[in-house]
Amino acid sequence: MSNDTIKYIPGDANYEGKQDFTITVYAEDRVGLLNRISIIFSKRKINIDSLNTSPSEIAGIHRFTILINESHEVVRKLARQIEKQVEVLKVYFNTDSEVIWQELALYKVSTEEITEKVTVERLLRQYGATAVVIRKDYTVFSVTGHKEETDALVKALEPYDLIEFVRSARVAIIKDSAGFHEKLKEFEAEEPGEERVENEFLDKGDKIFTM
Amino acid sequence: METLQDTETKKATTSSSPTFKGSGSQMLLNCLIEEGVSTIFGYPGGAIMPIYDALYDYADKLQHILVRHEQGGIHAAQGYARTSGKVGIAFATSGPGATNLVTGLADAQIDSTPLVCITGQVFAHLLGTDAFQETDVINITTPVTKWNYQITDAKEIPEVLAKAFYIAKSGRPGPVLIDITKNAQLQIEEFEAYVKCNHIRSYRPKPKVRVEFIEEAAKLINNAKKPFVLFGQGVILGGAEKEFKAFIEKTGIPAAWTIMGEGAIPTDHPLNVGMLGMHGNYGPNVLTNECDVLIAIGMRFDDRVTGRLDKYAKQAKVVHLDIDPAEIDKNVKAEVGIWGDCKETLPILTNLVKENKHEAWVALFRDYNQQEIDQVITPELYPSGEEMTMGEVLRTLNELTGGDAVIVTDVGQHQMVACRYAKFNKTRSNVTSGGLGTMGFGLPAAIGAKYGAPERTVVAIIGDGGFQMTPQELGTIMQFGAAVKILILNNQFLGMVRQWQQLFHDKRYSFVNITSPDFVALAKSYYIEASKVDQRAELKKALETMINHEGSYLLEVMVGKENNVFPMVPQGCSVSEIRLK
Repeated sequence: MSNDTIKYIPGDANYEGKQDFTITVYAEDRVGLLNRISIIFSKRKINIDSLNTSPSEIAGIHRFTILINESHEVVRKLARQIEKQVEVLKVYFNTDSEVIWQELALYKVSTEEITEKVTVERLLRQYGATAVVIRKDYTVFSVTGHKEETDALVKALEPYDLIEFVRSARVAIIKDSAGFHEKLKEFEAEEPGEERVENEFLDKGDKIFTM
Repeated sequence: METLQDTETKKATTSSSPTFKGSGSQMLLNCLIEEGVSTIFGYPGGAIMPIYDALYDYADKLQHILVRHEQGGIHAAQGYARTSGKVGIAFATSGPGATNLVTGLADAQIDSTPLVCITGQVFAHLLGTDAFQETDVINITTPVTKWNYQITDAKEIPEVLAKAFYIAKSGRPGPVLIDITKNAQLQIEEFEAYVKCNHIRSYRPKPKVRVEFIEEAAKLINNAKKPFVLFGQGVILGGAEKEFKAFIEKTGIPAAWTIMGEGAIPTDHPLNVGMLGMHGNYGPNVLTNECDVLIAIGMRFDDRVTGRLDKYAKQAKVVHLDIDPAEIDKNVKAEVGIWGDCKETLPILTNLVKENKHEAWVALFRDYNQQEIDQVITPELYPSGEEMTMGEVLRTLNELTGGDAVIVTDVGQHQMVACRYAKFNKTRSNVTSGGLGTMGFGLPAAIGAKYGAPERTVVAIIGDGGFQMTPQELGTIMQFGAAVKILILNNQFLGMVRQWQQLFHDKRYSFVNITSPDFVALAKSYYIEASKVDQRAELKKALETMINHEGSYLLEVMVGKENNVFPMVPQGCSVSEIRLK
C-alpha cells in the first residue's frame, strides 16, 4: 500500500483536517499576558474553545491550557507565535491521544425532583455525579470527565428541571512530559546579548549638521 | 506582584554609576543616558510633564527634537534607528499622544525596527476611571509591540528600562512601549546603580545554532545546479553584510533582495541580480520558479514578495535562515530551516560550501535583465516623451550622489521606482516603510535618518499624496535644522491606486485625483528653501542645487500623470507571471 492511500485519522500527527488540540503554555505570571496570547488567536479569527490558567509544577510559572479545534499546520504556527512572546517560556501542543484531560461540570437541580423521581437518582449514579450541596430547594452535583460525558448528563437532566449548568475549561497533563523543571534550568542559563555596531558620527552631530 | 528583578532578570556587569536619589523622571533620563541615548523625538503633554520638567536639566546630555505630531515623532525615531543601528526613542503624553504612536509602532513591529517609546499616563489611582487623557495604551498597543509594560511605581523604572532596551534591540528587533503613570514620574526614590539587562529567562533572542542543519544546507547548496539567494533586512539587522558577501562570493550564487534588504550589498555587485516581488526585477521573479535550491536569508516571504504561494518556487528545495523561529515554515515550507543570527550562521555555512561559479545560471539572470532593460528600464530612465518620469529623476539623482546618499521614501509608485533605481553603495541607506506601507512615513523618517547619520546626505523621496499626510514636520526641520533634502515627485494622482484602477478596475478613477498646495510656498512659509521644475532641461541643475544647498531644501518635480510602475506581478498571480507592460 503506498503512502497516499493511507487515510489518517484524528489523533495522528499526519492528519491534515481539523481536530482538537490542547495547547500548553508555560509563562511568567504577568498582567496583560493573557491578552497578548489571546489576540494571537483573534487576529486570525480563530475561536478558543476553552482556556484555563493555573499555577504549574514550578512556583512563579503559570500554565495556560488552551483548547482549539484546528489543523496541525495552523496549531503549529500559532504555537510558534505564542512562544515568540517575551514572557512565554515554552509552548506544547498535543492531540487528544497525547494528553490526559478532565473538565469539571456543575449541575443545579431541584431537590424535590430528585427525591421524588427515582430515575433521576439512577441517572446520577450512572454518571458518577457527587452531591456538592443539598438544600431544601435545590441540590448541586458535580461530574468530572470529558465533554461528551458531561454533555450527556445535561441532556439526560433536561426533562427534570435542570436549573443551572456550568463546565470548566479543560485541564490536561501531557502523557510523555517530564515536567518543566529541567527545561527551566536551561532557560535560566546565562545567554548575554551582544552590543551592535554604532555609528561613529552620531555624537558629532553638532559639527556635521548644517543648522 | 514580585519585582521583575526577583524572577526574570539577572544582573550582569555592575555599572559604575553611584546610587541616585531623585524622581522617577530623573531616573528615567539617567537610564536613557546609561543606554547611550543622545537623541529623543517627542511631544510634551499633561501626563508626561514631570519627565519634561526633568529633561530641562538634561539639555547638555540629551537632545530633544520637538516634533509637530506624535506620529512624526515615532517615524523620526524609526528613521534614526534604521540609519544608526541604535534604538530609536520617542516620547508622548497619555491619551491622544499615545494613540498617535500606534501607526509608527505597527510599522516598526512589521519592519523589525528597535524602538523604546515612553508614554505618560494618568496617576495610578485614576487608572480605569476614564480620567482626562486616560487611554488604555497597553492594551491598544499590545498587538503592535514586541513588549510593553506599565510602570506605576518608580522603583521599577531602572529594571523595566533595562529590559526594554534589551528586548528592543536583541534577537529580531522591535518596538517596546513603556507607559509610566504620573505618580511614578514624580515619586522620589533612592535608586540603585543602573544595570544593563542581558538575560531574561523567558526570552530567547537567539535560538541555539544547530550545526547539523547547516551541514544539511551546505550539502544541498553544494549539489545545486541553479541555486538562488533571497535576502532581507535580517542581513542588515544582524550586521552581517560582510558575512553575507563572503557567502555569495564563495558560492557564486546570484542574490536578489526584498526592499527591506536593499543595500546590504552594493547595487553594482556582480552577484546582485536585483529586487524581488510585485514590482521587482524580471529575472529574480521568473527564475524563482526555475531555481533548484532557494536560500532565503533574513527575509520572511511576504505576500508582496511571493505572489501566489501555491505557485511559488514549488520546484525548489528551500533553505531558510532566520533568527525568528516563527518565520520558518510560516509561509513557505523549508527543506532545511536554520534558526539563528545570520552573523553566526553564515560563516559556518560559508566554511562548509564549495567554491563555485554558476556562470551559465547567472548569465540567465543577465538575459532576463537585458529584456527588462530594453522594454522597461531604458524607457523609464531615458524617456523619449515630453513628460518626465520618476525613473529619470532617480537616474539623475544617482549621477549626483554616486550612490552614497541615504534614500528615505514614502509609500507608493515613487517608493517602488526609488527602490528599483536608486543606487546604494552602503548598507543602512534605504529607509522605507516596507511591511506596513505607511503613507506619511517619508518626511518624519528622513528627519530621524539625518540625526542617525548626520555625516550623510539624506534625500527624502515623497509623492504628492504621502507628503500631504505629514507635512507638519516641516516645522520640525524649521526649528531644529535637520538638513533633509525633500524631493517631491508630483504626478497629481495617488499614483499606485490609480495604476491599479487603470489595470484592474476598468480605469474607474475613484478618488485618486488629488490636488496639492503650492509646495514651494509651503516650504518657504517654514523658511525652507524650495523650487519646482517641470522641464527636463532644468532637472539636473535643480537636483544639484538641492544637494549642494546648505541646510534643508525642497524640490518639487512634476512627472507624468499616468505613468505606471512595471514590471508587475498582478495580485493573485505567480511570480513567473510577471508583466513587463
